[in-house]
Amino acid sequence: MKTFTFFGALTAAGLAAGVVQAATLDDVRARGNLSCGISTGLAGFSAPDANGVWQGFDVAVCRAVAAAVLGDPMAVTFVPTTGQTRFTALSSGEIDLLARNTTWTFSRDVDLKFTFAGINYYDGQGFMVSRELGVSSARELDGATICIQTGTTTELNLADYFRANNMSYEPVPIETNAEAQQQYLAGACDVYTTDASGLASTRATFADPENHILLPEIISKEPLGPLVRHGDDEWADIVKWTLYALIAAEEYGITSQNIDELARGTDNPEINRLLGVEGGLGQMFRLENDWARRAISAGGNYGEIFSSTIGESTPIGLARGLNAQWTQGGLLYAMPFR
Amino acid sequence: MTTIPDAPKPVFRPSMLIYDTRYRSLTIQVVVLFLFMAGAAWLIDNAIQNLRTLGKDFNFSFLGQRAGYDINQRLVAYDSNSTHGRALLVGLLNTLLLAVMSCALATVIGVIAGVLRLSGNWLVARLMTVYVETFRNIPTLLWILVFGAIMTESMPAPAAFRGDNPTAEMILGMVAITNRGVYVPEPMFARSLGDLDLGLFLVSIDLLALAAVLIAGILIRRRLLRHAEAVQNATGVRPVTWWKGLLAVVLPPALLLWALGFHLNYPELAGFNFSGGIHLRNSLIAMWLALSIYTGAFIAENVRAGIMAVSRGQTEAAFALGLRPGTTMNLVILPQAKRIIIPPLISQYLNITKNTSLALAVGYMDLRSTLGGITLNQTGRELEAMLLMMLIYLVISLLISLAMNLYNRRVGLKER
Amino acid sequence: MSDTHAETVAFVRDTMLPPEPPPVTEIGAVRWVRENLFSGWLNVLLTLGAVYVIVWLLAHIGPWLLNSVWNAGSLAECRQILDGATGACFAVIRDRGQQLLYGFYPANLYWRPNLALLLMVVALAPLLFPRVPRRVLWFSAVYPAVAYWLLWGGSVWFPVSVLLGFPAGYLAWRVMRPAGAILSGIVAVLVPLLWWAVVAGPLAGLLQSIVPLGLRPVRSDQFGGFMLSIIIGVTGIALSLPLGIVLALGRRSDMFLIKTLSVGFIEFIRGVPLITLLFTASLLLNYFLPPGTNFDIILRVIIMVTLFAAAYMAEVIRGGLAALPRGQYEAADALGLDYWKAQRLVIMPQALKVSIPGIVNTFIGLFKDTTLVVFIGLLDPIGLSNSIRADTNWNGIYWELFIFIGLLFFIFCFGMSRYSQHLERRLKTDHH
Repeated sequence: MKTFTFFGALTAAGLAAGVVQAATLDDVRARGNLSCGISTGLAGFSAPDANGVWQGFDVAVCRAVAAAVLGDPMAVTFVPTTGQTRFTALSSGEIDLLARNTTWTFSRDVDLKFTFAGINYYDGQGFMVSRELGVSSARELDGATICIQTGTTTELNLADYFRANNMSYEPVPIETNAEAQQQYLAGACDVYTTDASGLASTRATFADPENHILLPEIISKEPLGPLVRHGDDEWADIVKWTLYALIAAEEYGITSQNIDELARGTDNPEINRLLGVEGGLGQMFRLENDWARRAISAGGNYGEIFSSTIGESTPIGLARGLNAQWTQGGLLYAMPFR
Repeated sequence: MTTIPDAPKPVFRPSMLIYDTRYRSLTIQVVVLFLFMAGAAWLIDNAIQNLRTLGKDFNFSFLGQRAGYDINQRLVAYDSNSTHGRALLVGLLNTLLLAVMSCALATVIGVIAGVLRLSGNWLVARLMTVYVETFRNIPTLLWILVFGAIMTESMPAPAAFRGDNPTAEMILGMVAITNRGVYVPEPMFARSLGDLDLGLFLVSIDLLALAAVLIAGILIRRRLLRHAEAVQNATGVRPVTWWKGLLAVVLPPALLLWALGFHLNYPELAGFNFSGGIHLRNSLIAMWLALSIYTGAFIAENVRAGIMAVSRGQTEAAFALGLRPGTTMNLVILPQAKRIIIPPLISQYLNITKNTSLALAVGYMDLRSTLGGITLNQTGRELEAMLLMMLIYLVISLLISLAMNLYNRRVGLKER
Repeated sequence: MSDTHAETVAFVRDTMLPPEPPPVTEIGAVRWVRENLFSGWLNVLLTLGAVYVIVWLLAHIGPWLLNSVWNAGSLAECRQILDGATGACFAVIRDRGQQLLYGFYPANLYWRPNLALLLMVVALAPLLFPRVPRRVLWFSAVYPAVAYWLLWGGSVWFPVSVLLGFPAGYLAWRVMRPAGAILSGIVAVLVPLLWWAVVAGPLAGLLQSIVPLGLRPVRSDQFGGFMLSIIIGVTGIALSLPLGIVLALGRRSDMFLIKTLSVGFIEFIRGVPLITLLFTASLLLNYFLPPGTNFDIILRVIIMVTLFAAAYMAEVIRGGLAALPRGQYEAADALGLDYWKAQRLVIMPQALKVSIPGIVNTFIGLFKDTTLVVFIGLLDPIGLSNSIRADTNWNGIYWELFIFIGLLFFIFCFGMSRYSQHLERRLKTDHH
């Protein structure tokens, strides 16, 4: 065994291009950019624009973390991952952070050894059908042909739901959202099921959105959030509190417009602590004290990011719903900055 | 008395291990063996360490756990309560089904296209050249996606068959071509003999009985022919056998079918979809056509090369004997070309089998989509799942090579 | 004479008739059509079938192609312009064509991949065209470093100092030659390895600090599109060639162990689908490398693709070796050449020459197979077509992207296969 570890060390010296250590933060700093796993393309959440710059709701999380850690929201290496490669990319250290609309589940957290840094989108699995089918509830879908994306939790939820309601269905497994949309529009499946956000954004791009309805049943909870590897609590904290900073910024009314003014000091001590005017929170996890200010400046607060990428003013057209602040009847609740 | 000293006894010196050709190959092999073992041990040691760091272990018990997902095309009984191992079996059978269907169709397409490419008909020959060049020079994956898109975009949805003025209708009232797949009549037995439980899956006794009767009929026919040949050799007059042979092959199965209460179950619209009949799913048809037509282009080239390799004199001799062009092709050219065509055909079959692994692109649930896709994803056991998948593909490939090599030896030129 | 006959014979033609034109069915287009299209009932059927297929295709695709829109910012805009008529929306190619070609490579640096491609043709010229002077081979040897520098950018001294490892090894071999073949051989391998491990990095840094010379670095994650396919395909083939030669020789070796290992490796690689190897690159490679090792996914894919191509290459070269007459081996033995000298001077030059068409075909196959990297999330043209569709502007666009990608591959592969056929003919005449 000893000899082989020696061989290992030899080769490692030859190959090592980036060595994962316990401190992800040091790695990211040494490299000068954040390696962030995203989806290969999901409208509104991550897609490259005509200039090849990645845009979207998940992408904004990566940019905010990069801004907090490195001071530059553009210092991100985006690694497109598929449903299949995403977890390995994270556990192998190829990426520092996975922001790929990934559902927080027990087995992913415990068995696959990841730490979810919070939730950036509360979702649930729903169904979309064409209006002409005359279906008004998911209970009437016995015998339907259903398009699903493979490699996600939706497959398992669907199987459970139909089994529990003693109904049968014909699954049509599909790799990407774009493909699923194609199949659904051509009528190759009666129903398209995925996260409700995905359904709404897909429906918004149809030529005739009014002819398609979302069924009232939401059959699962899909809390989507960024995740990191187990075992580096400092890094998990940085990602977690960057996300909270975005959420808290909206709660306190800090926007990308007024942030510079507020950063000069206000009479609200919570804002002062958040923006690093007082308290020295950033130093506690080895960042600059204005880390949150940089994160918020990257793309605005949570509300601004939401409305510019997937909100009602965009073609995706999602309402805030569960993703409103807790003060507005939603579930977003940033822990106190203290 | 002088003694002639013995020739100096060859003394073994270590340097001979390198400089003496007798020992050198041994030395090299020992060194290579050592390096190989060290390399393998290094890899395994790394894997053990990495697994320990990740807190994982290496075992296949996940195959016994509940899978929890559904598979649309099942050749054996399966539901979401079945195990991952069962899902593996379903995927494997789907892979094999697709591979066999594609090999058969690709051979047919390839032979026809290869022969037509050499046809005297200018237009057809050019058209075949265009076909071969287009399909050979564009990636398989793109063709699979294109055929998938054609199947979903160009075929009518089941809704088009509904209503008072349907825009689509079934062919002969038996076959429905929709964008969810093709529904064809299913053979059914009213007085079925039931199924035979083989542990892993059920086999219909009806089909087994049918196969047995058919094989028996063919054996009887072969005996009849041999007898006729003997009579012909002895007396010069060949007894009339065709109706006896036909009777032997056709009558018993027909009687059996009647006894079992054979009838066809036609597909019909019910609820959201067609029900009844056999449902050939879109994904299967898209993969089947894409792989067959793509590989058919390669086989066409092999066939063409094989035919051109048969010397021109053979054709001329056949014509001189008064054979027609079609007969010449069937009796003289193709049997000779077969020997040249079959070895590359084997590698095309292997390619088809390996290319079935792209099936996920159109959502066909083959081995790679079940074991290497959903199972891998849900259990997080990428090491075990991938190694198992490689092993299975390797075994399939080796079996195909073995079978085809045996066949090749049988049809090959017997040199005495 | 004619006078006497004129009285007894009723009529004698004394002038030649002017030649009649052949019957209309035996000349020109009509004859050609009759012979080539309608020479029998089967041919008539075939012709009618072919005409039907062509007309059907034209009727279905023609209007769609002819009525295409090239100027629009989104699919919705296209549909608006078409106003219900069928028509293609090639505006997506105008908008995203460069992305399909270069991935996310910075637009003002497109000249670098272009130049690299051009130089590749120059580097390949001595192998492909017999008339190019052999001296160009020196450029071919340096080309990989040049291409690396052009594509990835960074300091010029890094590839230079890596390249210097080879002359260092050669020098060490020359110096150590008196000490024996084995020792000098080992030293010739060890010195470059040490050079790369210890000297190259600091040397590059030092030279860079003295003479800063470099291009703007471009990270791997910005690579994509057709450029990525070419990089993976070309690197895979180039690296697999030496490995393939070794494997082919190993498979023909008399040594049992070497033969077994070579056969095992070749049959294993040829028996599993490429996609499982790509998954190995993306999912499993990390398990088999020392803990904490982690390198670029493109590099990992290239490693696996190289191993994959090497197995196929080995079979092609084995075919070339088998095609050599036995006399060549015997002649080399008779000259007293040892195994490696015989291979280097007699066998390989001939075997490789015969194998070139096979190598080109392997390359075409590999190049087409690079599209499979889409399954592990790399953005090759097909992967990019998914990402483009994820943009709300182009959501739902299919055929235009497929046609563009298909055309790119077709041009590339068709050109190469034509070249390989030409080569086959040329090599054939050489042997007769």
